[in-house]
Amino acid sequence: MKKAIIIILIFGLYAVSNGQDKYMSKTGHVSFYSKTPMEVIEAHNNQVATVINIKEGTIAFNLIQKAFKFERALMEEHFNENYMESSKFPKCTFSGKFKDFDLVNFKNTGSYKVVIEGDMNMHGVTKHIKTNGTIDVKNGKIYGKSKFNIKPEDYGIQIPGIVKDKIASTMEISVDITYVPFK
Amino acid sequence: MKYKIILILLLTPFCLFAQNELLNDLDSIAEPITNYEAATFKTTRLITGHSIESMKAGQLEFRISHRFGKLNSGAGQLFGIDQAIIYLGFQYGVTDWLELGYGRTPDEKTYQGFTKLRLLRQSTGKTYMPVALTYFGSMGINSTAWDYPERDNYFTNRLSFVHQLLIARKFTENLSIQITPSYIHRNMVPTALESNDVYACGIGGRYKVSNRTSFNAEYFYVIRPANVPTVYSNPLSLGVDIETGGHVFQIMVTNSRGMIEKHYIAENASDFKKGEIYLGFNISRVFTIFGN
Repeated sequence: MKKAIIIILIFGLYAVSNGQDKYMSKTGHVSFYSKTPMEVIEAHNNQVATVINIKEGTIAFNLIQKAFKFERALMEEHFNENYMESSKFPKCTFSGKFKDFDLVNFKNTGSYKVVIEGDMNMHGVTKHIKTNGTIDVKNGKIYGKSKFNIKPEDYGIQIPGIVKDKIASTMEISVDITYVPFK
Repeated sequence: MKYKIILILLLTPFCLFAQNELLNDLDSIAEPITNYEAATFKTTRLITGHSIESMKAGQLEFRISHRFGKLNSGAGQLFGIDQAIIYLGFQYGVTDWLELGYGRTPDEKTYQGFTKLRLLRQSTGKTYMPVALTYFGSMGINSTAWDYPERDNYFTNRLSFVHQLLIARKFTENLSIQITPSYIHRNMVPTALESNDVYACGIGGRYKVSNRTSFNAEYFYVIRPANVPTVYSNPLSLGVDIETGGHVFQIMVTNSRGMIEKHYIAENASDFKKGEIYLGFNISRVFTIFGN
């Protein structure tokens, strides 16, 4: 009997953990911005898949490189061909945790400053990153925003001398997501 | 004790998957997408012949091509560099699948208008398509003075037409191959022995040696009647593509000095085996007229 209760409890836990503890989005927006006196490069990806587990305080992102849209078709081609090598490394993933996530009440309306820490995998290189962001909870949705910088060279992305004055050595990444309950 | 072990085993997934579990969730919600191959070739020409690539919507390519004189013309002519001929052309992407182009080559002072239609794109994922297919069609107008002004010379005699199917596959990141069945029609030919229609099939490819450099080769087999003597030979070109951001430089050696299909494929009188080889280069510059 005791055994049965334990087993039921455990399966119950599985069920709970897969239920309403997760919020997700398939149409998250991530953009990057590079500015030099010679050239401004900006690209937007509106097909970012991401999920938050509010019980565990974990967060993950999955982004398809080829979904980045540029103003110029040639930039898009070079981004995928020469820099990201998107056929070899089609995705960028992030898997991390909220620091002090107990302070964030994901269920009630409110605005919170958060710190997220985790591993980002891009271009075959995994790096530990830490970034600030904001979480707004409103009408049962979670609005997440963050801005941070990354250096392409940290991810083994070479920028040849001939275009060094056109591509910044630090890219500004903006993240803007509206999470809804996981279905 | 036994229960405890079972309990621990059952609970392990929570600890183990706490991080990766979310990434797996993301894979589970991911919808199947079609992954289109891009950049089968660096630019809109393989060497002199057209490649399946065309300008995307709102993009304009300006192209300058040079072909020098015969390499074996000696040091006095600086190995042919003293006798450059120049082609100037524009091509514009009306949509991602329709390109219109215009060019002018010094051979027979020909003005050429052309169109490129991307019919199929190579893709994997939701839609599988093993090859890319582009149609190329052009009309050329010879603008030299008539050889025999006293005859009845019709404007239509100046016209020539080209139809090509460009079929290409990017086999790996580095290797792309293209096959080009071609049909060239000339309204007027130099002698009665020559047929107005010329059929040919091209084969070519590129091998990327770095992200920005590739080796290219291109050959056209031209079908000619066996019983008619001909002064023409099949064009063979070998080249290197160097891409530097907005420019692509193509440097080549070729036995065909023509820069449009009529002269390059159908009316090439130089033979590689006799050492009738030309140096040449193309410069392509792409401008964004309307951005996305």
